Amino acid sequence: MADNPSQAMLAPAPERVGLPKIWRTIRRWPLLPLAMLLLVVFAGVMAPWIAPEDPRKGNLRARMVPPVWLEGGSMEHVLGTDHLGRDILSRIIHGARISLVVAAVTLGLGGTTGTVLGLLAGWYGKWIDEIIMRVVDIALAVPLVLVALVMVVAVGQAFPSELGGQTGLIILVLASFFWVRFARLVRGEVLQLKTLDYVALAKVAGASIPRILFVHILPGVINTLIVLATLQVGFVILVESTLSFLGAGVPPPTPAWGSMVAEGRDFLAGAWWISTMPGLAILLTVMSLNLFGDWLRDTLDPRLRQLATN
Amino acid sequence: MQRFLLRRLLLTVVTLWLVSVLIFFMARISGDPTTLLIDDYASASTLEELRASLGLDKSYPEQYWIFLKNAVQGDFGVSIVQKQPVGSLIMQRLPATLYLGLVAFVFSLLVGIPLGVLSSLKRGSVMDQVGKVVALIGQSAPPFWIGIMLMFFFAVRLGWVAPSGREEASSIILPAITLGWFNVAANLRLMRSAMLDVMDTEYIKLARAKGVNQNIIIWKHALRNALIPPLTFAGITLGGLITGSLVAETVFAWPGLGQLAFLAVRDSDYPLLQGVVLSFAAAYLATAFLVDVFYAYVDPRIRFS
Repeated sequence: MADNPSQAMLAPAPERVGLPKIWRTIRRWPLLPLAMLLLVVFAGVMAPWIAPEDPRKGNLRARMVPPVWLEGGSMEHVLGTDHLGRDILSRIIHGARISLVVAAVTLGLGGTTGTVLGLLAGWYGKWIDEIIMRVVDIALAVPLVLVALVMVVAVGQAFPSELGGQTGLIILVLASFFWVRFARLVRGEVLQLKTLDYVALAKVAGASIPRILFVHILPGVINTLIVLATLQVGFVILVESTLSFLGAGVPPPTPAWGSMVAEGRDFLAGAWWISTMPGLAILLTVMSLNLFGDWLRDTLDPRLRQLATN
Repeated sequence: MQRFLLRRLLLTVVTLWLVSVLIFFMARISGDPTTLLIDDYASASTLEELRASLGLDKSYPEQYWIFLKNAVQGDFGVSIVQKQPVGSLIMQRLPATLYLGLVAFVFSLLVGIPLGVLSSLKRGSVMDQVGKVVALIGQSAPPFWIGIMLMFFFAVRLGWVAPSGREEASSIILPAITLGWFNVAANLRLMRSAMLDVMDTEYIKLARAKGVNQNIIIWKHALRNALIPPLTFAGITLGGLITGSLVAETVFAWPGLGQLAFLAVRDSDYPLLQGVVLSFAAAYLATAFLVDVFYAYVDPRIRFS
């Protein structure tokens, strides 16, 4: 590590003349990934208002229209249309919404559960720790995509629609596997933090255990959690899109990126853009998340270099 | 060592057992399988007969016990759509999946490791940049999309290989790249950082001071020591290569277990799906177990952590 903090303290970088300070700070930010992420979030949130057309309605007279930069393309369909004449850009914009909802709710559910269980396991130790960590071991040993596949096929549409139908089921299945990563990480941190003096002092001062856990220990873990969550978002999006590619994702006609790629597979020779465009959307989103996550990790928590390989 | 072995074996068995319980009860939640087997106009007595012949009139624990007993013997019932015993369908297709996994494994090592070494040699060089891009794409691109893009360029556009199936010897190339791509990226990253660490050690400096040829230092002295992390990782991901074949086989219609799982999903063929998933899970867990035991044997530090 060439840029470790102690070196930076010993030799402060000389002030460069003519370069505004704000620019030097911003330059270290991952601007492109950040812009991409903002774009995806914006598209997802605003989908019904900014999408040029209805993503579910096709126009059979405008099937397989190529993107605007190819011969035969027009500004009417910037990224072209698919085999049913649906506007691909509109479908990608609405697909962003699905991916974001699944990723956000999965990590919200999984992250909260994992954090609470990790706090408990780390703080109480003994049998509580033993049970929680054995469940973690098992969940990590299970091939995730396969089990998710079985659960979606078996329960599928029968999942109560108040809980989001099949989409809700997918979220539940993913969350029931993703919490373990948070639990393991938080537990490790708690084991270290609870030996520190300020925690002992809080105990002496009569703070209750929930207060110690959530007010005194949790803030010490939060940076690590943010980094892990960011890196996991990309992973959740990949798994969700794999499930929809395999036909066990968000059910049609709702546009999901994975199923859009699958639909275009049979039309590669005549209309390669049907598969290519949604795939590019996944690639760019996940890539931006990874780059942004790497940057966050280096900035917030340089100790966690090994997290990326997880 | 014994304690470690026992613990690890217990985890494997319990996990596999839980997966089997999950799959069994999922089948019961999903509704009465008889409704899939006969039409709506069948009489109540036919239905009762069918339920009795399938063992559905017994209690759940009893049914589960029969299911487990049969599954251990490789009997997963009969596929609803293909009308063949699930066990024999699986055995027919297993070799193709193992072959694909093996080729992908070799590919990921043969490409990832040299690329990792080359990109570690000079920071910021062209090779380093190429390595970074390969690693980033490998981490971020969905494998099914990589497969489809490969198919588009090399089969549809250039016509170098067949787009799908397993008729020719060259048919293995694209599925293997699709499956191994993620591991190429991982091997590359691990190799690069391991090389950077090793090149900084005293014995490499000594070799340099003695005037050993740079190529010999890199490919003989340094590489051998830096190989440990990528090889460890390679072992861990062996199981992942088996289950990962699901996507690669689906894209290229490679006639293996993964494609069978996909067909089962498409046709809602539950007996078939549960058989394939249980075999996949067993293969995955067994590989992970064997690899762990192997490393614990080789590296005593693992046993005690």
